[in-house]
Amino acid sequence: MSVTPAPPASPTVARFEPRLMRRRLSGTIFLGACLAAIGILLLALVLLLVDVLSAGLPWLDLQFLTDLPSRRPAQAGVLPALVGSLEMGLIVGLITFPVGVAAAIYLQEYAADTFVNRLLRTNIANLAGVPSIIYGIFGLALFVRVLTLGNSLLAGALTLSLLILPVVMIASMEALRAVPGSQREGAFALGATRWQMVRGSVLPAAAPGIMTGIILAMARAIGEAAPLIIVGAVGFVTFLPAPIGDRYSVLPIQVFDWAGRPQADFQSIAAAAIIVILILMVVLNALALVVRIRLSRNIQW
Amino acid sequence: MTAADHALTRRRPKSERVIETFLFLAAGLSVLTTVGIIFVLAIQAADFFAIVNPIDFLTGTVWSASIEPFRFGVLPLVVSTLMVALIALVVAVPLGLLAAIYLAEYASVRTRNVIKPLLETIAGIPTIVLGFFALNFVTPNLLKPLFGSAIGTYNTLAAGLVVGLLITPLIGSLSEDALRAVPRGLREGSLAMGATRFEMIRRVVFPAGLSGIMASIILALSRAIGETMIVVLAQGTSPKLTFNPLESAQTMTAFIAQISAGDTPQGSIQFKSLFAVALVLFAITLILNVLSNRIVARFRNVY
Repeated sequence: MSVTPAPPASPTVARFEPRLMRRRLSGTIFLGACLAAIGILLLALVLLLVDVLSAGLPWLDLQFLTDLPSRRPAQAGVLPALVGSLEMGLIVGLITFPVGVAAAIYLQEYAADTFVNRLLRTNIANLAGVPSIIYGIFGLALFVRVLTLGNSLLAGALTLSLLILPVVMIASMEALRAVPGSQREGAFALGATRWQMVRGSVLPAAAPGIMTGIILAMARAIGEAAPLIIVGAVGFVTFLPAPIGDRYSVLPIQVFDWAGRPQADFQSIAAAAIIVILILMVVLNALALVVRIRLSRNIQW
Repeated sequence: MTAADHALTRRRPKSERVIETFLFLAAGLSVLTTVGIIFVLAIQAADFFAIVNPIDFLTGTVWSASIEPFRFGVLPLVVSTLMVALIALVVAVPLGLLAAIYLAEYASVRTRNVIKPLLETIAGIPTIVLGFFALNFVTPNLLKPLFGSAIGTYNTLAAGLVVGLLITPLIGSLSEDALRAVPRGLREGSLAMGATRFEMIRRVVFPAGLSGIMASIILALSRAIGETMIVVLAQGTSPKLTFNPLESAQTMTAFIAQISAGDTPQGSIQFKSLFAVALVLFAITLILNVLSNRIVARFRNVY
């Protein structure tokens, strides 16, 4: 801003009007809009919970958890879907943990800044944005047909693993990046090889972040429905699913099946099944928190 | 290199190299996934385009995959997808940006530590749950009283509103990061020049964070276009070309889900059309994702 020296009594001084009241008022109005936006979002969250709880809670009892689905809503239960979801989460976790962490270690600790490695990074970022239903189509072609796994829970779990992998990789890379360079230099200074440095020094320090990422990724897999519709999960299964078998259900697919029926009672048991999903989510999030706190107890820098 | 150096650097060469190869293969798996997806979509869509002319597919305005005479003009599905995404953005951009500005500029650390996890909870809700919310609450309890009989049980508006709710935390969280990355010096300079806090945000912080904000909006748009379960439950299954948000319609994702959930035979033309639609969907979201990443990468090191 150019400042021209003016005599104190110049008319330009008289024309200086800060209009502070007005400017502050527009600021207050804006802050009000910000608070209103936060309020609307929290209200939506509350409405969602009230809607689901009021419709589903009366139907949620032990019998609902231990019974098989039925054509009569009053006798229907979610046991096969619940077991299917737990198996699904477990298998996806077991697959994505080693592969995702290994990939993250390579990209964060080994890879030089070459064209191939930049391509790998860009590719992972883009994969994370591919719609989940596209993974379903890929899973249908690769796991269901080419590897002839059929409509099995394992085919579904492998499909979801591909979907979740980029998420696990990105979370693990962030956790590794947060470890200060002095940790690495210290290990090297003691004569460690790169792998010894990673295993002994960097991985333990990054463990809280990595484990949190894995658990939250498992939660996402348990809540996912769209790709499983394509690889053949169904809403009516009257036995407990094995990983290799012909039919299985998971909770989101069970909800999809029930919520798509017009009768009010089916809407209600859909809500009850949603409550079961939400409880699983809360448990997994709490687990992530506990793991994070326990693992970071020994880390100081 | 002296002999001693050689011995030192080569102390555990073999196992080290094996480990590095294994790690590289794990990272390379992601490229195989991308190649696999493109390969599967292209091969199967080529099958479809051998029967249906690609130009007719891309410019046709009638989609009738299950009722004869079969017509495969993808525009109704694309228009419906864009309608949902547009409504979602109309909801999510103002809400997400205002929330981001509040968290980055106004909230105390304590307030932020309470509100931010709550907002991120919304992003963690499974989309099937949000779909149920749209069908079971938003349409009957919010929209029916407003529009009366003009609005159907299945409609684009409810789907769009709830998809908007889903992507709001994404815009909020990424935009907040962008605003936080604006250096303190710029803020202090603005305040020192006599700006009020709001003027500082509007004239200095917001423009400085704009590239990150744009990237977050594009990413959210891509997410809205690819969203499946909300639209499948709330928007219905009638693939007609309409710009009326109160009517039922069908997005690309919803069509894919409907065909694969039903008893459609795998060799049929309907089933093949699924891959052509998926290819269009994949292309649109890929372009948006690449664009978003480009913007982030280009403006990351401005300060």
